Amino acid sequence: MQNSRLCREGSPELELLIEKGVGIMKEEIGILEGRQGQVFEKKSGKAEQLDISCEKTSLSGSVSQRACVFCGSRVVLYPVADALHLVHGPIGCAAYTWDIRGAVSSGPELHRLSFSTDLGEMDVIYGGEKKLYLSLIELIDKYKPKAAFIYSTCIIGLIGDDIDAVCKKVSKETGIPVLPVHSEGFKGTKKDGYKAACTSLMKLVGTGSIEGISPYSINILGEFNLAGEAWIIREYYEKMGIEVVSTMTGDGRVDAVRRAHGATLNVVQCSGSMTTLAKDMEEKYGIPYMRVSYFGIEDMSKSLYDVAKHFSDRPDIMDAAKEIVSKEVAKLYPELQKFKKVLAGKKAAIYVGGAFKTFSLIKALRSIGMSVVLAGSQTGNKDDYERLREMCDEGTIIVDDSNPVELSKFVLEKEADLLIGGVKERPIAYKLGIGFCDHNHERKIPLAGFIGMYNFAKEVYQSVMSPVWQFAPRKGGKI
Amino acid sequence: MLLRHTPKEVIAREGLTINPAKTCQPIGAMYAALGIHGCLPHSHGSQGCCSYHRSTLTRHYKEPVMAATSSFTEGASVFGGQANLLAAIETIFSVYEPDIIAVHSTCLSETIGDDLQQITKKAKDDGKIPEGKYVIYASTPSFVGSHVTGYANMVTGIAEQFAQSTGEKKEQINIIAGWMEPSDMREIKKLSKELGVKIVLFPDTSDVLDAPQTGKHVFYPKGGTTVEELKSIGDSSSSLALGCISAEPAAIALDKKCKVPFETVDMPIGLSATDRFIMSLSKAAGVEVPDEITAERGRLIDVMTDMEQYFYGKKVALFGDPDQIIPLTEFLLDLNMKPIHIVSGTPGQRFEKRMKEILRRIPEANFKNGLNADMFLLHQWMKNEPVDLLIGNTYGKYIARDENVPFLRFGFPILDRIGHSYFPNIGYSGSLRLLEKILNAFMDRQDREALEEKFELVM
Repeated sequence: MQNSRLCREGSPELELLIEKGVGIMKEEIGILEGRQGQVFEKKSGKAEQLDISCEKTSLSGSVSQRACVFCGSRVVLYPVADALHLVHGPIGCAAYTWDIRGAVSSGPELHRLSFSTDLGEMDVIYGGEKKLYLSLIELIDKYKPKAAFIYSTCIIGLIGDDIDAVCKKVSKETGIPVLPVHSEGFKGTKKDGYKAACTSLMKLVGTGSIEGISPYSINILGEFNLAGEAWIIREYYEKMGIEVVSTMTGDGRVDAVRRAHGATLNVVQCSGSMTTLAKDMEEKYGIPYMRVSYFGIEDMSKSLYDVAKHFSDRPDIMDAAKEIVSKEVAKLYPELQKFKKVLAGKKAAIYVGGAFKTFSLIKALRSIGMSVVLAGSQTGNKDDYERLREMCDEGTIIVDDSNPVELSKFVLEKEADLLIGGVKERPIAYKLGIGFCDHNHERKIPLAGFIGMYNFAKEVYQSVMSPVWQFAPRKGGKI
Repeated sequence: MLLRHTPKEVIAREGLTINPAKTCQPIGAMYAALGIHGCLPHSHGSQGCCSYHRSTLTRHYKEPVMAATSSFTEGASVFGGQANLLAAIETIFSVYEPDIIAVHSTCLSETIGDDLQQITKKAKDDGKIPEGKYVIYASTPSFVGSHVTGYANMVTGIAEQFAQSTGEKKEQINIIAGWMEPSDMREIKKLSKELGVKIVLFPDTSDVLDAPQTGKHVFYPKGGTTVEELKSIGDSSSSLALGCISAEPAAIALDKKCKVPFETVDMPIGLSATDRFIMSLSKAAGVEVPDEITAERGRLIDVMTDMEQYFYGKKVALFGDPDQIIPLTEFLLDLNMKPIHIVSGTPGQRFEKRMKEILRRIPEANFKNGLNADMFLLHQWMKNEPVDLLIGNTYGKYIARDENVPFLRFGFPILDRIGHSYFPNIGYSGSLRLLEKILNAFMDRQDREALEEKFELVM
């Protein structure tokens, strides 16, 4: 089979794929050969096996919506607000990640500045260790951070700067933890960046005093406090009588991370980014963890109940959880019905970073009467996609590591009224004449928690029902 | 205050950049390549680079931005990226079907020593480039220069790799656009049409990054300089490069390859620079300046005279890219304002030389470019000598808020406002718009902060 050709209707490749039970859309679809395995359509009538291939690197030459290792590390650690974040490399990596994530802090805001060693040609030739050392000393002297994270970029992996040694030296001289983050861009996908970030955090965990921490205590992992979401979640748990030792990393503080091992349970959202840390903490400190999601009524409630169940010797915790849920749902339900009345029967396409979020979104959309016709993620794994398949309606397309050609094509074919995605997907949705909801870094209002479900429904309603669509050519220019 | 840590006292820093007034080369190359019709920019490096550039351009233009990446892995970084690029070229032509792939390098591929010229030649020899299709390239190491350098390198690549001399001169003039907005490029075409001069403008991102809503997502919008036009630039009678940093290198390359004489003028921002642009273009084409343009100029001067009392002595801090900052500084001086603090992250001696000339009337002005010329320094200068107005890209908003200074968004990137892609800042009408925005910034502040008894209805 010749490499990378369009898979057209009637072609032998297509027949083969259909035989294999992989539903490829017809006509001149732009699915890269070598990518067919990453697209799946749930078919009716026959028992099928999902055979999606995922967790592989993107094909060279594809217009992928994915990012790199550095990006993964940077987004995870970025919200630690009283730490210094120094990007070691040429200027770009620091410039593009300067305050791009609305991870809100209730106090220090050192994380919102951009620090770079701004490597030049001579540094690439002779090494950047000296520059890194001097920069660190200068910065720590000036800003007195509680800790420093040093991000290694592509080029550091090539020129062989020993950043571990520099960090060690500076740590010794300044007395604060100086942590290397091995996030060379080419060393994998964004997921590997999450791992590198967790490795660095793990070095901080366990270095603080755990005196006085309640046995009914948790760490909130994988919650980045976009638009203040971590505050909402924290409040729920605190109302239940649970002590929140740390949030990682939303509104994060170095000292809180240092004593995180004092908590008795890790509650992990956005499982892609923080499971590594949870597993490491389980291994080293015996702290169990559970996966949760704060999006939608169903999952939000479950995340409170699951935690309450964990502390079963304290029935008052469960009582409190029930009270929160019933109170919030009573408020929320009638509001959602209003949206549901209008949105019922509308179709949504979801393409987000992690698959776990997709599960919640499908449920949340159903609760306002919407169905999902496309569900995809940048970094899901096989289990995720299997679960997606089980959840989805017939005819739903499931994609891994998609690209704009595929997305527009499926959105048009499935006649979606809404696309949920991130910064690069927004203008595509608008060009196609359909509504959009940012469920990524650029959301400006909290979408987590019960209030978040209301905001989400409102945002979806606002966009899908906007009067602008009566003027805009829609759905391929047909309407 | 977000920047509460910025101390007033300026001390020398050793190799540390805080809040940069620049970014890296590849994004400039990507932007330039989007100004060719049917071209897919290709980033030869890790996936993140391409993703960051597309996101930044999308945030700036609110438009889909298409570009492909070689998606380097650990293996590629050890054994070289040739296999990745060859595979990418094949994939792109078969799936995304562009007319042209414009490859730019990154710090990663440069450091491992990938030779784009050799790899693209190999792609051609191996028959991976279909008949009538093109692969062009530019070397854009992120550790040299800035985003402006990357733009200049790609524009140079475009000129060098497309231009042909047929021996027959054409009655047309090349206008090589420095880094400007689609709106500005549209304005250049409008002015040239009014002058009656046939031009080839390249690159040209109008109708690419300001495309209308159609209900479709088009990979290759209708705008962009065409291959046919680009081939003809070698036969043009002359070239006019708009900007000594971002456009002149392409003009030099074209002169070298096809003997097309060139002149470099500043980007036509403000009265004087627009005058020079109009004069140069009309002279090169041997045409008279039509009344239409003269009247437009007259209107600008009319507003300048009407409003002169409001501009006098106002101190300004500005930052951005050299080719915009140079004529903008001149315009501010023409308006009788005092640009006193100026930084540009883009290195190069041309900037310093030009600024020295332009600012000779303001001996106290601070200006710096290149290493450590970042927004941290600009902020420190502003703390030492406060200003009435700050001009620069979106990143200036932190300083503006902390210092309570009116802020005019200008340059790249602008992530929190719209308008730049639709309304030009160049030519007489663009300059009038700039003037209006500056004036409004002062007036809005006055109305917002004036004491009740001093709050006036009339200007």
